[in-house]
Order: sequence, then structure tokens, then C-alpha cells
Amino acid sequence: MKTITANRLTDGRVVYLTPDNRWTENADQAIRLEDDATDAALDTALLDVLTVVGPYPIEIDADREGFAPAGRKHVRETIRLTGPSAGSTKTGVAHV
Amino acid sequence: MYKYDEIDRAVLDARTAEFREQVHARLSGALSEDEFKPLRLMNGVYLQLHAYMLRVAIPYGVLSSEQLRSLAYVARTYDRGYGHFTTRQNIQYNWPALVDIPDALDHLAGVQMHAIQTSGNTIRNTTTDPFAGAAADEIADPRPWCELIRQWSTTHPEFTWLPRKFKIAVTGSPEDRAAIGVHDIGLRLVRNEAGETGFEVHVGGGQGRTPIVAKIIRDFLPQRELLAYLTSILRVYNLAGRRDNMYKARIKILVDAMGPDAFRDAVEAEYEASRGRAMTVPVEEIERVSSHFAPPAEGGALTEIPTGTQFARWRAVNVKPHKVKNRAVVVIPLKAPGATPGDASAEQMDLIADLADRYALSEIRVSKEQNLVLPHADKASLGDLFRALDEAGLATPNFGRASDIVACPGLDYCNLANARSIPIAQAISTGLHEAGLDDATGDLTIKISGCINACGHHHVANIGLLGVDKAGEEVYQLTLGGVGDGQAAIGKILGPGLSADDAVTAVIACVRVYAEHAQVEESFIQTLNRLGTDPFKEAVYGA
Repeated sequence: MKTITANRLTDGRVVYLTPDNRWTENADQAIRLEDDATDAALDTALLDVLTVVGPYPIEIDADREGFAPAGRKHVRETIRLTGPSAGSTKTGVAHV
Repeated sequence: MYKYDEIDRAVLDARTAEFREQVHARLSGALSEDEFKPLRLMNGVYLQLHAYMLRVAIPYGVLSSEQLRSLAYVARTYDRGYGHFTTRQNIQYNWPALVDIPDALDHLAGVQMHAIQTSGNTIRNTTTDPFAGAAADEIADPRPWCELIRQWSTTHPEFTWLPRKFKIAVTGSPEDRAAIGVHDIGLRLVRNEAGETGFEVHVGGGQGRTPIVAKIIRDFLPQRELLAYLTSILRVYNLAGRRDNMYKARIKILVDAMGPDAFRDAVEAEYEASRGRAMTVPVEEIERVSSHFAPPAEGGALTEIPTGTQFARWRAVNVKPHKVKNRAVVVIPLKAPGATPGDASAEQMDLIADLADRYALSEIRVSKEQNLVLPHADKASLGDLFRALDEAGLATPNFGRASDIVACPGLDYCNLANARSIPIAQAISTGLHEAGLDDATGDLTIKISGCINACGHHHVANIGLLGVDKAGEEVYQLTLGGVGDGQAAIGKILGPGLSADDAVTAVIACVRVYAEHAQVEESFIQTLNRLGTDPFKEAVYGA
């Protein structure tokens, strides 16, 4: 299962595509896509050039009710989701 | 310090106004992201994992107290209260909004600072010895030459679209503290038999995917010919460097492919062909620029010495000799146990600016080890300076010691990273402290990179860690024996990759082996060379 993520144009913050083609910082509201529906959603997201930069699909865990990045990039996407796990401005959790 | 003239100020004002228009054009849709990206990168604006990142140039790592306060203001106003000092003597802000960056740049322009050429395939900020103009062993001050290179290379039309980024480092001391062996061009100020000062020219060094130590292509270059000779090198590279593969586009690959002798011949031919037309720096211009870097006046004698062992330890480790009587170089490591290497809060920056005003002629340096330096501290005030730094948690006596760890931002912030660096550095630093090993040993460098681009300089660390992605998990390669300063050497992989926890344990184990076997005043490298890698391998991987 997949969703679409990007960075917001004005401030670069991490956002996710919603089922009604808006962008949200709340990952729980992110669209959940079967693999064969991902390309069409990405094509739509790529048109929104005044709202976001660089939309791309990511894998999410289909078996989890809440939003959970999965697959090979799960560490990177979990850090994008929760914020830095370390550093003076950390907001994320230490162990991903 | 160098003061901008009217031309510098006009160029800077025009550039910030231009970037404001470019940001507006992107936000309005007049520029696409593909069109805007190279423009923002030329102005130091990256898009990272969580936000935009603004990289501000600190020319050859030299700051006035007024400039440091402005960096603090930007941290407080446009970031989350912090700045991150980098291994290239610059500062990065991890959280500015794109819409705010033109205002931040306007503020910085007011104190002669900018972000021009902190990214892109251009000549980047020239780096040098953080003790320049102060070091007791200095042959000549490298700062006037760094400034001339800055003026020559900034918005140089011929070298704005090079095959790849280009980094120049200059050292004025026999003891290289600028890592000239791992730069695209490394310049060492030397004297010839006639007593004239010139440059030994090293070319084709670098880290990243293909670490290579630079080759000497000129034993002695007359000072006035520096910019003409740099032009010749850049011209050969610009024409012959590869543009078809970004991983093979650095000058080190070209020098390696041609061979150092053929590369030297090509540069010398270009240099000869341009003789009479190329830029020979006028003596008056050298004198004008050098006048901005006059040595400081003598300080006062140290008469009041704080009691206790802490001051003595701090003085022995963090205070270095100065060329001028009763002045001292004071290193302020941003490396308390568990700290984020290179991070400084706005409050810390303001405090250090105040201390520089009070005790050190208002000047600060940034080192490639991600520390700050007061290059001209008054010896009479060392006691007061120590107490103020100690109270602020900035007097950890670990400069050049095990816990003076260098780390890139890694996967916590960086879009290119494959693995985290900062939490590894923090865990090692904390572990060393708990084991009583943080400053108990001699000279030792530990450096961590979160990807093969090697911003954490792991290739030239005595103990290096490189984070890689192995099937979706963070794995760390441990290297031993790298050296950045002096006779540069690339570290060698000790054994199989390690998990994050095991990498932390392994590094601490290597430091323990060193501490247990080091002879008096022996550096880690000396111990490693004497013992070989076997005891370290056994400590990390078992028998």
C-alpha cells in the first residue's frame, strides 16, 4: 500500500496527499492507495506546482491501522513523519 | 578583518534583491521548480527532509562579533533558535521558510554576509587554518590570499558552471590545519631558498565516493601569480572535466585519469599561453588587502590563575600558542558530552560574541572540526574567559581529543543521507564520558558521515564511521588510520559493517585500546602504526 508525500512550497514542511486532493501535515489523513492506483494519484499531485515540491509515492504498512511508513525507506520516511530523532531541534523519537 | 568596499556592497545588494524577485516568481508560478532550483542553490537554499536549509558562507571561517550576533539573530528569528556550524567553516539553518529567506539574506547583507556559491557547481567558500594570523608556527598569514581568491571567484563568469563543485583550502603553517591534501586545490605558503614567499600547489584531492590525496604540481609559485595559476588550473578542468557522469566530474578524477604529470603539463601550457594576459596581482592590491589583516597588538600578562585543576586542564588542551606576545588562541569546542556536534544556540552565539568583544578583539573563527575559536584572546583575561565559558558549558577540555567528534547532519536532516550521524556521535561522546575516556587520551579524531558524500570527513578520521543503507537498515562501516591535516591519508575499512549500537560500542572499544596501549604523548595514529590493526580488530570483532 502506498501514499503520496511532498514538501510544501512555502516552507518546505512535510505534507501528505489526502483523498480529496488537498495536502495535510497530518499523516493520519493521508490517502491510502493500492499499488495500481498510485500512478494516477501521483500524476494529479505533480500538477499542484504552486503548493508542493517534488511529490513522490512511499510505501506504508497495510496491516497497521494508523499511518506507518514501510519498505526499504521506512527509516527515512519515519524521520520525515516525526521529525529529527536527534540534534538540537529534534522532535522525533530516538529509535526508529 | 576585511571590510567590504562600495563594489562589494553594491554586488551584494543587487544579488539579494534579485533572489527576492526569484522567490516571488517561484511562488507566483512564473518560474517552475526546475527553473527555480538552480537559482536557489546558487543562493545557498536547499530543500532537505523537513524544511528548506539555508547555508550561509563564512569567508575562510572568519567572523566579527557583530556578524556572529547577526547569525544568532537569524537563528532566533527565522530558525528554531539554533545554527549548525559545518565542516566547511560555514553555518547552516535547518528550518527557515522559503518566504522568509529573502528577509534573512537582507539582514545578513547588512553585516557583509551572504549565501552566494554555498552550493552549485562553482568555486565554494575558500577554507583555511582557523588559527590563521595567530598561529605561532605560521610562515605567512593565509587570510589575504583567501580574500583575494574570494574576490576573484565570486560570480566569476567563466567558472559559474563548472563540471562539479570546487573547493580550495589554504594553509600558512608547516603544521597543516586546513586539510589541503583532500581539496580540489590545496595551497601551502612556503619560502624558497631566496627567502621569498610563494605557494606549493596541490591538486586533485577530495573525499566523497572516490577519496584521493592531492598531488603536488608546483613546488613554488610566486605569490603574485596565484590567481593566474588558479585560472589555468580551473580552465583545464572546465574544458576537460567530465560532465556526463556527476560521480566522475570532480577534478580528482580528471587528474587521476590524465596522470599528475600530464595534468601539470596541461596547466603549465595554459599558464604559459596566457602569460602577459592573465591576472598578476598588483603589489599595491596585495598590500591593500593585507592591511585588513594586521597582527593584533600585544596583550597583557597572565597574572591571575584560577585555582583547581579545571583551568589548568582547559588551558593545556583548549589554549594554543599565539605569534604575538601575551595573546593566545582559545578553542571553544561545541562538543560537551552528548552535544550535537557543531550546533550552537542563539544564546551561545551571543555570549561568544560578547566574550570576543571583552577579551579577544571582537574576532571569532569557525573550524572545520565544527568548533568556534577566539584567535586573539588576551592572556591577562584567560581566567575570566575560562569562568565565563565554563559557566555556559563551553569549556569542555577536549579540543582534538576523542570526544571532539565531527558529524554531518545525517539522515535526521539531510536529503542525501542514508543513515543517521548525530545520534551516533552523541552516544559515542556520552559513552566515552561515562568510561572516563573523553579527554584522557592524546590527539585522536573521530568523524562520522551519513552517506558517501563524506561531509563528516570520515575518510580522513583516525576512527571513521560511514553510514550506509543495507536493505533498508542503517549500517556503519568502521575505518581506521585516516588523517586530514598534515600528511593526508585515507582510512581503511577494519571489518564488516556494524549496527548503530555495535558501531558505538566499537568506536569506544578502539579508543580504549588506544588509551591502554598509548605511550607518553603518543597520538592515536602513532599507536596504530606501532601496534597495527590487530588489537583494534580483536576489540571490535573478537578473536
